[in-house]
Amino acid sequence: MVTRPNGFPYVAGGTLLLILFITMLFSAGMGFMHISASAVLQTVVAHFFPTAGAELDPVTVSVIIDVRLPRIFAAVLVGGMLAVCGTVFQAILLNPLADPYTLGVSSGAAFGASLVIVLQVAGLSFLPKVFTVPIFAFAGSIAALLAVLALAAGDRRLSSSSLILSGVIVAAILSAAIGFLQFLAEEQVGIIIFWLMGSLASTSRQDILLLIPAALIGSAVCLFCGRDLNIMAAGERAAAALGVNTVRLRWTLLITCSLMTALCVAVSGIIGFVGLVVPHLLRHVAGPDNRRLIVLSFLGGGLLLLCADTLTRAVLPAEIPIGVLTSLLGGPFFACIFKKRQQDNGRF
Amino acid sequence: MVASDLLWQLEQVNFAHGSRKVLDAVSLNIHAGRWCGILGPNGSGKTTLLDLLCGLLPPASGTVVYRDLPLKQWSRRQLARRIALVPQDFAVRFDFSVREVVEMGRHPHLGRLASMTERDYAVVDAVTGEMGVAELANRPVTQLSGGEKQRVAAARALAQEPEALLLDEATSNLDIYHSLAILSLLRRRVREQGLTVVSSLHDLNLAGFFCDELIFLKEGQLICHGETNVVLRPEVIREVYGVAAQVRQDDFTGCLQVSCITC
Repeated sequence: MVTRPNGFPYVAGGTLLLILFITMLFSAGMGFMHISASAVLQTVVAHFFPTAGAELDPVTVSVIIDVRLPRIFAAVLVGGMLAVCGTVFQAILLNPLADPYTLGVSSGAAFGASLVIVLQVAGLSFLPKVFTVPIFAFAGSIAALLAVLALAAGDRRLSSSSLILSGVIVAAILSAAIGFLQFLAEEQVGIIIFWLMGSLASTSRQDILLLIPAALIGSAVCLFCGRDLNIMAAGERAAAALGVNTVRLRWTLLITCSLMTALCVAVSGIIGFVGLVVPHLLRHVAGPDNRRLIVLSFLGGGLLLLCADTLTRAVLPAEIPIGVLTSLLGGPFFACIFKKRQQDNGRF
Repeated sequence: MVASDLLWQLEQVNFAHGSRKVLDAVSLNIHAGRWCGILGPNGSGKTTLLDLLCGLLPPASGTVVYRDLPLKQWSRRQLARRIALVPQDFAVRFDFSVREVVEMGRHPHLGRLASMTERDYAVVDAVTGEMGVAELANRPVTQLSGGEKQRVAAARALAQEPEALLLDEATSNLDIYHSLAILSLLRRRVREQGLTVVSSLHDLNLAGFFCDELIFLKEGQLICHGETNVVLRPEVIREVYGVAAQVRQDDFTGCLQVSCITC
């Protein structure tokens, strides 16, 4: 048993924040055009707080401010939100292997996106694709979420097993429907597949303006319920006897987190493993208290996705989809932790 | 009995899981400062009755009144400050420490974003000491033995500072040493601090030893309710459990002793 001194969460949080900031700085300098970290800092400061006499290279400004920073912020915000949602889903479904996609949010988004791509192939485009794909993805996630909740709500207590089962049912139906849409899409099937694999390449400043309030409000709601969330670990009946309104807590947090996830999916496609691995690892290091876990997960998830995105954007010879990269790296990594913990104490 | 001692009043309470009737027109009163045992065979409605007493389930019909106010008018939080529950199987997912789990008992007393005050810490220290789990404080609860887990569960319930404690077969999975240890500590609370305990039990001898009064249930119906030395009789045991029994005063414990054989 690791004894955790009281100052630990603040030290860990501060360290993660610092690492995240430095990584963002270096990431902004990396890419086709190399810029030093100090130049990045100078450019950003001079851009947002213009002082007379400061000479800025317009190309550098454009590369950093218009191209790289939106993508970097998107990576941090999406990664952070996915990890926070993963933490909450794991705590509320009492399942350390739950992730933000457990309630079918990703399948719904994939269905929405596939549907609009097929409609466009069929010549039924009413808006430019840039707008319609995210909107349909978002609508698809919400529809899938509502279907899952409607299925699970027959169980008055909204228990974790009926939620997980409802998620599985809805996801199975939707994945068959997506298969059918891919079949209909014929030669355009590549667009659907590329979308399903996730990418942060096309994030714009408008996306950031949408993601920031979502991340702030969503994480605040989760933190606000942090202590109730801890008590849920004692099981439904014990939590209720300890004064937690379990049904209301489940509804509030499931809807909050699913909306956050749906927004992430609409912006960046489906990015796997961040929401599963980050909370899992941090719980092992920082303990199970959700109040600190939510904060640390946000920082850790943001850092992880930023590193992965920088890797695919600036280091690898060709840009591979971020969802593929996170799963390719996260999967084996997760397998190693799993084996190690099995050997350490014979349980998981 | 003074009127203010009356905690629960159940009036014609029915409850059903689907089409299966679990409680059938149960009416009873439970008074403060006593240890009340609920006895009955498996599936007789003991756990359901406890769930109704602490408001985890609403009755299908009839009323449950706690301190002159219908239970449905109490909020979960208000009730949790007065009534605590120790379940049969203490299970906590994730590696919370013993200390963190006992601190959960302070939840109904704390504001949403408030942190623990000196008084909250004092209560937690007192109950962990009382239940003998103070030295386990930093251990993860998932690694405790069965007896240790139930003592932590009892400490968490006492940390709620309840006036009534419900035990749902809280010691059924423990050996006799650990059962007696926990129950004796709680009996001291009943005698010295006027705590009310309502416990469902399987062991008739433990019931005879600890309970002031007994409630016998069979197939959801109240068979009888009264002082232990009045209702713990062979006829009642035969009617409820369908076994032949002998009840005698035991010199060693000074309490009623029950021996049973199938008939």
